[in-house]
Amino acid sequence: MGKFGKKNKVSENIPTSALPDIIFMLLFFFMVTTVLRDQEILVEQKIPQATQLQKLQKKTLISYIFIGKPKNTALYGTEPRVQANDALLNTPDIVQWVNQERDLLPEADRGLITISMKADRDVKMGPISDVQTELREADARRILYASTGKVNND
Amino acid sequence: MARKKNRMSTEVNAGSMADIAFLLLIFFLVTTTIASDKGILNILPPKLDPNNPPPKIDLNERNIFTILLNANDQLLVEGEFRDDPEGLDEDIKAFILNFGAPDEEAAALYNTLPASLKALSAKLPESSDDPGEAVVSIKTDRGTSYDKYLEVFDLTKKAYFDIYAERVNLSTDEYRALTGKNDAEVSLQDRGKEGIPMAISIAEPNKIGGN
Repeated sequence: MGKFGKKNKVSENIPTSALPDIIFMLLFFFMVTTVLRDQEILVEQKIPQATQLQKLQKKTLISYIFIGKPKNTALYGTEPRVQANDALLNTPDIVQWVNQERDLLPEADRGLITISMKADRDVKMGPISDVQTELREADARRILYASTGKVNND
Repeated sequence: MARKKNRMSTEVNAGSMADIAFLLLIFFLVTTTIASDKGILNILPPKLDPNNPPPKIDLNERNIFTILLNANDQLLVEGEFRDDPEGLDEDIKAFILNFGAPDEEAAALYNTLPASLKALSAKLPESSDDPGEAVVSIKTDRGTSYDKYLEVFDLTKKAYFDIYAERVNLSTDEYRALTGKNDAEVSLQDRGKEGIPMAISIAEPNKIGGN
């Protein structure tokens, strides 16, 4: 019994004084990396995987276009739609949207505008190629097929 | 009176600090989307001018590596049926580096290649003449899934990046990570690409299996 008594004397408190520091560190990490979502995405986004990813140097040159099945199928139907900024676009309106985006860039960079195509993996090539045709029409020919990294099995 | 005052704790109670920090942490955890600006870069051809049609370029059939993707996501690579694109990158590399009938310039290019790439050159008369002439053509149907198309496009890019990286003695990942932000990187990129243009042609899709 005496032995047990001795054991009980050992302090059971875990020092928690460093806990706030750790939490703050995590907090700052997330505060720095966070990008508050400025637009609601109205289409499904399951980004496909690929291996040959490249990163662009200048993020300001990128404009995003989202392609996928609308989340609200009751309102927008089940056919894949194109979203730019926070509204769904019809394919012919893409040219106008590209020109608006291009006007936001400094003059020297206008030729380098890059469209990041965030397309859902279930989309067929039909809508994608329509969008590409429009982008060619708008002379925004640098496109980035947004994709996430794939772990190589071999 | 004095004794009572001394007993009062002078420390600020910091116990709830962790709670506050946790609350903020959870907020940022939920709202965060780690920006992903990664992707596969593609340069589209210029738009068609109806008054000024593009010049017809006659390419020998042997200089075109055709990949057809149908609405069932099946492949026809150089006339051969395939179910999955596995190994396509190796075939494309062998096609680009075939050197079937190199002209003088291409022969000089061949001599600059490292031994590992020279080994890929089969010099088949029915495959590409030289890397400058070789074109990889990808054609899909409208009903082909984007996922499959991207997989094939990815493998095609991989074939070219593998070659470029091999030429400058880097791993493919290292070569791709070059952004050209300083002269050293630009020169590496240029040395990799020299004489071997990335010629990937993406044809207008057939109207099958989609709308």
